[in-house]
Amino acid sequence: MSNKKNWPLWEVFVRSKAGLNHRHSGSLHAADAEMALEMARDVYTRRSEGVSIWVVESKSIKASDPDNKDSLFEPANDKIYRHPTFYDLPDEVKHM
Amino acid sequence: MPDAYRKTLIRQISQHAHSEIVGMLPEANWITRAPSLTRKVALLAKVQDEAGHGLYLYSSCETLGIERDDTIEDLHSGKAKYSSIFNYPTLTWADIGAIGWLVDGAAIMNQVPLCRCSYGPYSRAMIRVCKEESFHQRQGFSIMLKMANGTAEQKRMAQDAINRWWWPALKMFGPSDSDSEHSAQSMKWKIKRFSNDELRQRFLDMTVPQCHLLGCEVPDPDLKFNESTGHWEMGEIDWEEFWNVVKGKGKCNRQRLKARKGAYDKGEWVRDAALAYAEKKRQRKAASVAA
Repeated sequence: MSNKKNWPLWEVFVRSKAGLNHRHSGSLHAADAEMALEMARDVYTRRSEGVSIWVVESKSIKASDPDNKDSLFEPANDKIYRHPTFYDLPDEVKHM
Repeated sequence: MPDAYRKTLIRQISQHAHSEIVGMLPEANWITRAPSLTRKVALLAKVQDEAGHGLYLYSSCETLGIERDDTIEDLHSGKAKYSSIFNYPTLTWADIGAIGWLVDGAAIMNQVPLCRCSYGPYSRAMIRVCKEESFHQRQGFSIMLKMANGTAEQKRMAQDAINRWWWPALKMFGPSDSDSEHSAQSMKWKIKRFSNDELRQRFLDMTVPQCHLLGCEVPDPDLKFNESTGHWEMGEIDWEEFWNVVKGKGKCNRQRLKARKGAYDKGEWVRDAALAYAEKKRQRKAASVAA
């Protein structure tokens, strides 16, 4: 690996239209946040794909460890009473 | 992730990225010589797309734990390859038509199955790339249509471009299944979903009628339609020529690599300056907050 200092990596999130949430589009290298925004515009919205862009330096993102997937998410699996379909109601009940 | 799977992906995705970037060179040659403003902006947009595709691919490669600079170093040292198709020269404007139609057509045929490959970041990049490339193929075919229906001289140029790009485009699918080094393993890993010969056949069946529609000839004296199978059958591919170009003896191999290295080296001060400027801005901001 070269020892040279490189432009840091940024993650790009694009909101496709007003009212929708920003979604991850991809990543790119840029010297700073302003440059990352300009480049994200050129790379990810050349065909009117967005109305707003977020850029976040990749190293600022803390991700869950795929190896801990079970211990993190498994506990939700047996809590079926958190879903509306768990509750049986008589047919006569409307609007619920 | 198994190490061999990771290594295979790094090899394939980085070479794919290099191909997008080197692929800008033969076309860039014609941006300033485009016959009209409409053709010029379309070609500019296409070449800009290729740069974007290179970036999507380098990014997806970086998710495998390799830095972009290292993959670029491998390209410059000759350790990593790029698609041999870009080692042929673009002699006339009709070549830009033939490249869009045949070369991008073959690339799409290769890339569509990759949208469903087993590695998520690669498949997501491919979905984006495929969406954008259908414009590339259409703009190419539209150039061919115009020239094939133009003056006798334009028609001659269209046919000449087809004569020179037809076989290299068919070779883009890679060696025959029996001679393809990585194919079987990649199929097992679901990186590759169809064999080289299968994709080549599909491309042939799709493209021969398009060539006829242009009123041009397919430069293959052995080409025939098999009524019983419903498929076109082509003559022998000259694999010796293919391997020669892969090994660096194509018409433009040296020129392409020199252009890439030159662009990278000449851009070094820009990259350094941008980084220094960003650091200066950061320090100024920190100082004004402290004050």
